[in-house]
Amino acid sequence: MIEFIRQPWPWYFSGFMIVVIMLLLNFWGKSFGFSSNLRTICSIAGAGKKLKFFDFDWKTQRWNLLFLLGSIIGGWISKEFLSNPDALDLSAATIKDLQKMGIQFNGGLNPDELFSLEALGSVKAWLLLISGGILVGFGSRYAGGCTSGHAISGLSNLQLPSLFAVIGFFVGGLLMTWLILPILI
Amino acid sequence: MKSLKYILAGILFGIIMSKSEAVSWFRIQEMFRFQSFHMYGIIGTAVVLGVIAVFLIKKFHLKDSENQPIVFPEKDKQYKKYIIGGTIFGLGWALTGACPGPMFVNLGYGYLTMAIVIFGALLGTYLYGLLKDKLPH
Repeated sequence: MIEFIRQPWPWYFSGFMIVVIMLLLNFWGKSFGFSSNLRTICSIAGAGKKLKFFDFDWKTQRWNLLFLLGSIIGGWISKEFLSNPDALDLSAATIKDLQKMGIQFNGGLNPDELFSLEALGSVKAWLLLISGGILVGFGSRYAGGCTSGHAISGLSNLQLPSLFAVIGFFVGGLLMTWLILPILI
Repeated sequence: MKSLKYILAGILFGIIMSKSEAVSWFRIQEMFRFQSFHMYGIIGTAVVLGVIAVFLIKKFHLKDSENQPIVFPEKDKQYKKYIIGGTIFGLGWALTGACPGPMFVNLGYGYLTMAIVIFGALLGTYLYGLLKDKLPH
């Protein structure tokens, strides 16, 4: 069993399991949307005293913060007990393209050039990580949701606004990947 | 017990995101370069099954664990915010390889530098709250 879980999961099983998560939360009377947690954390940190947007009863979102806590633990369990020794099966074309930008495929989930502790020696890595985070946080709140809230929950409920948001996700992603990232890195 | 179930669901989510490799910067690059079906397969399967599941829940008026009807909130019908906000989100998604959930999963996985991305995301959320009334929606 554990050996079975350890291998990388095929896309169809992964997609199925994401729906299981959405339905579990629906069954508990909640809706699957991760980025609201960012607003909740701002509110807990006291942002509600200055801005009305953060002035709400964050305790109603306690369940989602617990879900967030669980997701951190889930990442840790995956690394400690469920990881497999083989390199991630990344397409050869991607490996080649990234190499041209100066990013080496290390077989893991994320490149050392951006995410290793050594990378923090460069100011550029700090700036890229911070600004990327700002874009994700700003954009998800502006659009009223992220991949879970729009691409999964929203599209499952055939929401046209969510389709617009998802199209936006891809427009932004393609612009960054093809035009901006090659200049930045 | 009530708290525990949400933590357990979160743990399962973290494991799904890790084992599907959807938390991988490399996989997100591969997706935006159209060099593999993997990510499209994950999102596509989830959407198709999700549409069927939501349809059935509505059709049979299924109840939640508290015996209340399961409702799916309608998103409000302003379109600028979805397009502009979505595009800004996409720029960050391709740069960091992580949307909000995977940022935290990666942190647990041992990518401690993801804490910087999370800090940025909180800052970005705050900035949105600050500028909200001046932005087109």
